[in-house]
Amino acid sequence: MKDADLSKKQSSSLTEARINDELRALESTWSDKPGIIGWLSTTDHKRVGFRMVFTAFCFFTFGGILAGLMRLQLSLPGNNFLGPDMYNQIFTTHGSTMMFLFAVPVMEGMGIYFVPLMIGTRTLAFPRLNILGYYTYLFGGLLLFFGLLLNIGPDAGWFAYVPLSGPEYGIGKRVDLWSQMVSLTEISALIASTNIIVTVMKLRAPGMSLNRIPLFVWSEVITAVMVIFAMPAVMIGSSLLSMDRLTNVSTHFFNQAEGGDPIMWQHLFWFFGHPEVYIIFIPATGMVSMIITTFSRRKTFGYTALVLTMVATAFIGFGVWVHHMFVTPLPQLGQSIFTASSMLIVVPNGVQIFCWLATLWLGRWNLKTPLVFILGFFGVFVMGGLTGVMLASLPLDTQLHDTYFVVAHFHYVLIGGAVFPLFGAVYYWFPKFCGRMLNEAAGIAHCILFFVGFELVFFPMHILGLIGMPRRVYTYLPETGWGDLNMLASIGAAVMVIATLIFFINAIYSWFWGRVAAADPWGADTLEWSLPSPIPQYAFQYQPVVQGRHAVWEQTADSPVVTGLHINNREVVATSIHDAVPDHRYGVQGPSIMPFVVSVITGAMFVGFMFTPWSLPLGMIALFFGFLGWFWSNSVEHRPPYAPLEDNPVYDDPADYKPAEAAV
Amino acid sequence: MTRISSNLKAASLLAPASVFFAACGHGNQSAVEPSGLQAEHLSFLWWMFLAITAAVYVAVMVILVAAFFRTRRAVAEDDAELSPDPLREKRASSVVKAAVAVTVLTMFALMLVSFRTGRALDTLSQAQTPLEIKVTGQQWWWQIEYKDPTPSNMVTTANEIHIPVGRPIKLELVSHDVIHSFWAPNFHGKKDLIPNYPTTLFFRADEPGVYWGQCAEFCGFEHAKMRFMVIAEPQEDFDRWYSASQQPAPEPVTDSQKFGRDIFLKSVCTQCHTIQGTPANGRVGPNLTHVAGKPYIASGSLPNDRENLANWIADPQAIKPGIRMPMNTYSPEELNALVDYIQSLK
Repeated sequence: MKDADLSKKQSSSLTEARINDELRALESTWSDKPGIIGWLSTTDHKRVGFRMVFTAFCFFTFGGILAGLMRLQLSLPGNNFLGPDMYNQIFTTHGSTMMFLFAVPVMEGMGIYFVPLMIGTRTLAFPRLNILGYYTYLFGGLLLFFGLLLNIGPDAGWFAYVPLSGPEYGIGKRVDLWSQMVSLTEISALIASTNIIVTVMKLRAPGMSLNRIPLFVWSEVITAVMVIFAMPAVMIGSSLLSMDRLTNVSTHFFNQAEGGDPIMWQHLFWFFGHPEVYIIFIPATGMVSMIITTFSRRKTFGYTALVLTMVATAFIGFGVWVHHMFVTPLPQLGQSIFTASSMLIVVPNGVQIFCWLATLWLGRWNLKTPLVFILGFFGVFVMGGLTGVMLASLPLDTQLHDTYFVVAHFHYVLIGGAVFPLFGAVYYWFPKFCGRMLNEAAGIAHCILFFVGFELVFFPMHILGLIGMPRRVYTYLPETGWGDLNMLASIGAAVMVIATLIFFINAIYSWFWGRVAAADPWGADTLEWSLPSPIPQYAFQYQPVVQGRHAVWEQTADSPVVTGLHINNREVVATSIHDAVPDHRYGVQGPSIMPFVVSVITGAMFVGFMFTPWSLPLGMIALFFGFLGWFWSNSVEHRPPYAPLEDNPVYDDPADYKPAEAAV
Repeated sequence: MTRISSNLKAASLLAPASVFFAACGHGNQSAVEPSGLQAEHLSFLWWMFLAITAAVYVAVMVILVAAFFRTRRAVAEDDAELSPDPLREKRASSVVKAAVAVTVLTMFALMLVSFRTGRALDTLSQAQTPLEIKVTGQQWWWQIEYKDPTPSNMVTTANEIHIPVGRPIKLELVSHDVIHSFWAPNFHGKKDLIPNYPTTLFFRADEPGVYWGQCAEFCGFEHAKMRFMVIAEPQEDFDRWYSASQQPAPEPVTDSQKFGRDIFLKSVCTQCHTIQGTPANGRVGPNLTHVAGKPYIASGSLPNDRENLANWIADPQAIKPGIRMPMNTYSPEELNALVDYIQSLK
């Protein structure tokens, strides 16, 4: 770290009044516009991230209610609670909701909220783009649920295999709702990913070289790269499907009668679909690393190994998709390669588990709710990973594929691998959201009940799969003997509902009346804990200069900070990619309503495409004007502050920069 | 046939698990109670994977619990350990490396066992004279055709596969509508029926009995009620069934049965159903020539008795909503006669 780049924070030389003036200026510079327009146009990554997480939890609740309805239907053989039509809509919407509208967005939302804070900056690189991503996600989600509420929900399963989802067998507009929802949420995911990558590469606080980036931030970056490679496949798939289905277009991409290929859909889908699992899981591993480090009161064991295993998982994750197609008539030799790659991916995941166990083994535990959830994560996820090894075996998979064994497996992986860490993360970071703590006793009750309920629901499903129960059946005969285990699973679902209710009550109560939190109630190591709870909109009064891998633990009273940034413009310091050496000052745009307008046009265009191809050209023209308005407002409203060079020493030449008190 | 899985079961700690499966008593649709060569191999593979993965799971949990009991407790205010004892770190790092090495070796071993099993499963495809059966998956039933060089010797039936014990069976799997998946867990794993991708599945039944199977790839409304039976029987029983099935339908005897036949032949039934020996030769729905001999109707979802049959004919949409068979309006006498006739089609 070059001292010349930076100056020490010399509070003694600043008067109280001076500090207050500065804070007031920062506050007004970084605040939103007032009123409903201000609410719609916010560019504060914390507000957008929180909205994303909140919306995702709403969808999680809806998806959970749907799961409860399915458990009611399946609790008895030959039950008539839901007919096949309703059941098929419900399981499709449940799966699509949990994958597209809960798991991926909630991880993105946590990233959007915490990545800038953890790397010591005030904003994402493209704040206006960020809110556009939120709205496209919201519209996609609403589209799916309007479908279900109007009884025209999609009913071809969350992977919508053609020809069942094609024009001939997928009647009405049901599958169209699904494919447009997919396109909209994937746009949102791509936006969030680009934003996170650029932010982490360019806006890290000085001193945060690549080998000091917190593991959660690494996980979000690696996930973002995966999103950029995976999502286009499914977007191409869903676009081709829409074109096949649209009467005036009627292409034949998947129509076997006209030379199309139904297996092509499976390749396109699973090339996205399997990485999707890691897109959900890798951010969760970031959360696990954060929580384990904080609550075992020691530095993370095997930091480098943990980063490299995430990279390895992301890489190998793109080479395993065919294990979803082991029972299709593809050549056996080719399929065997995917057995090998699917088993290979166990190795990086194993390394992660061993590193975490070593951290826990060597540390001193501060056993609070977040850590309790991580223990639950071990209990559930490890089993899910091991059943995954079974599914990787081509011969064994022919028995287990598409049965309740697989249903059990992916719930162990997704709930164990993502929801347990996520709940832990919510208990961990709740004070940053609202300045209050969640109740500990309720938290531990939540965790234990959720764990017990989970095992009751999903453990019996392994056995059900082995004794012949295929997935996605709306009923079964009494003769099959599947009744008892299904009843047990349904009882477990009730326990999970109670556990989740405890969480919601705890969250609502604590939000308003919980114990007031200190800035760093857990004694944690990343930079968001150096900020007051809740966090002011400008976040950092001075951007910090990072001294080590565990920024807060290695900070001292006289650690340097960044000065020389304008406080009347939205400015942050941009640093070099590798060593995070200050490079220039980066000005970002303030709030604008145009992203909302553009997202409405985009949503209308996609909805219109279910009915007429003309929505595409018309939508493009409207979008042209939308973006014109957006860029116009960029240039007139908030010109980035290109101050004369002599006033702009950081920009000019870092080597000559003399410590200043504060630039105005 | 080797009873490899039984040996392993008896020898391993997993005996309680297999006893549990046996006690459940649904051995006739189960992947872990094999009745054929392939399922035997797959079941062996399953118990082996289970033993190894269960050991790994227990090891991880033991380490976690031990860590819980051995670490000193801390609170948030405690200083975090930033430069821990290098000797302990080094030891931990050696243990982690060893664990990774064991993981790699285990995965490699499991992969080799998988490939070996895969090859063992293929041995039957070299069989000289398999019994060839064409299975067509449709929304939502299975058409079963026994191939024979002489067309008149072919047998067509639905949702019920009779096979001789001990003889290799070659299934030709076809679909013309959506994707289905053929799964008779006691004999073999699944195979998808994808339009334009005809495929084959070899298996052999080694123990006589009645087994169930069902469609395993979601195929629309009645995916849950797309079941089939596999009836494995000694060769002579099979031959008897086969030659009986080649016969045309028996002539109606009683007046009611004759009236029933007239109704059948005059109504829309003939558009979709075939009864050999009558003008009815529709190919859309199941062949009904010997339907009365089947224990189940509606693709294995409804026991074949008088009441169910009458309800089915009158309003199939109430039982399997979404299927192609329409509601039929018959007077009670007509329905009675029709059921009489259909029940005579042994």
